[in-house]
Amino acid sequence: MIPIDLIQKTAESLMDKAAIEIPEDYLDGLQKAAETEDGDLSSFVLKAMLDNYEAAKEDRRAMCGDTGVPRWFVKLGNDATVEGGMCALETALRRATAIATNGVPLRPNRVHPLWRTDHNNNVGIGAPEIEYGFEPEGDWIDLITVHKGGLFGTDYRMLFPSDGVQGIKRFYLDSLMAFGKRGLACQPAIIGIGLGGSKDICMTLGKRASVLRIVGSRNSDPRIAEMEDEFKELGNSIGMGAMGFVGKNMVIDCNIEVGYCHTGGMPMSVHAFCLSSRRAVARIYPDGRVEHRTDPDWFTPYQRRETVEWEPMQEAAE
Amino acid sequence: MKPREIRLSTTPTPEAIAELRLGDIVYLDGLMYTAREGVYMRALEEQANIPMELPSQSAANFHCSPAARINPDGSFDMGAVTATASFRFAKWLPEWMEKTGAKLIIGKGGMTSKDYKSYFVPNGAVYLSTVGYGTGALLGRGVENVEAVHWNEELGLAQAMWVIRCRKMGPFIVASDLNGDCLFERENAKIAKNIARVYEGTKPAVLKRYGESDDRSDEVI
Repeated sequence: MIPIDLIQKTAESLMDKAAIEIPEDYLDGLQKAAETEDGDLSSFVLKAMLDNYEAAKEDRRAMCGDTGVPRWFVKLGNDATVEGGMCALETALRRATAIATNGVPLRPNRVHPLWRTDHNNNVGIGAPEIEYGFEPEGDWIDLITVHKGGLFGTDYRMLFPSDGVQGIKRFYLDSLMAFGKRGLACQPAIIGIGLGGSKDICMTLGKRASVLRIVGSRNSDPRIAEMEDEFKELGNSIGMGAMGFVGKNMVIDCNIEVGYCHTGGMPMSVHAFCLSSRRAVARIYPDGRVEHRTDPDWFTPYQRRETVEWEPMQEAAE
Repeated sequence: MKPREIRLSTTPTPEAIAELRLGDIVYLDGLMYTAREGVYMRALEEQANIPMELPSQSAANFHCSPAARINPDGSFDMGAVTATASFRFAKWLPEWMEKTGAKLIIGKGGMTSKDYKSYFVPNGAVYLSTVGYGTGALLGRGVENVEAVHWNEELGLAQAMWVIRCRKMGPFIVASDLNGDCLFERENAKIAKNIARVYEGTKPAVLKRYGESDDRSDEVI
């Protein structure tokens, strides 16, 4: 059984890490971008961002003043059990969110949509979001926190099979143009595209593609992986860089995730995970071990399974 | 070409503002206050008394909510500070500038050249954009002291009016000038030349949306 105190303690440290430390994969991607950038202003911006990550780490202060909207992804091995049960887990994550908001400090961004009530702790109705996934083996629990910016860079559209790949490209470009100008999307970003699913799941797929996959990862379907490469290049060929200034770097990487959808439709969502791509991950074992990492490793073969039954041995043999 | 770097007071002289060119990098010294929709609504719509002497104490309005806390002893801890997108505040800014004499509007993404020409230039004001966005930690280092937080009870930490003493706070980019020219529009125009090439081969979506047609008597199919 995984001790509940350990879950809360780990969650608090993840909140802190996510807000302060830029993940290595994104940092590498941005450093490469800074090397290739030749626009005067966008070069200046990328250099300032690299300095900013250093300053954040050195001072242990949040890298961005808008610390996003903290949320949780929880993945459990099939044999994992949590002391006090799943409601205790949710309470621990809510506590960690509130404590870290005051502790780091983070900006208390979460308010009631109508009454604008602010509890000053990033906790409220439906906040932080907590989503779950499962894996067929293991007695561990993965805690992933993501503090994504909330306002710009995301859009949804119901496309149809007749729109085809050219229609997908167009909506992708439209999203980059709309939110890239003046740098509203805080690019260069990790762009996540969700294709298929029902409307809500389409949004979820795109969001997870942007926040739960690292720079340099590729979809396990080789044809989708090719599209990811092509879309990354397409986004970077607009001629728009950081802050919407002339430049070559808009997309640090493009990740696409798919889900089966209605036969008549092809829903699509686009999400931008910004210059402060805040995510932190830890795996907790029942014996008290805690392993920190930056790759959420969410999209396992099990998460992308297509069949009724799950038969990993057979999959591996193929 | 490396951009020019300039130190500027938060109560700048008209000459200092006239000196600024689009794309200059600015570092600020002096008092700055945060004000966004919460403060604007309270001061302008509810006519509450602004708890500062403006513009003599500060002519620099930052569109920002800091990542900060108020300690039990009443002191403040401010970590990172970054701006929020300013275009949403166009509704209140003309009246705010007239009332407070703000000369530096600091935020994310700037305003339109129409905004600059119609009420920035007549008020002798310019727009400074934060960089990135999200050099929050660098800007945080420029906070010498948090002098006060006003209207925290009424508006909450994120919307409250924070008064910050800055010391070489930056970088900021000059995004408008006294001609009313807009840095972002200048960049958009350069990028626009390439749009047709990038879009080549794509086609409009089968199902349109309102907004693509503003005539509500139209259909979207």
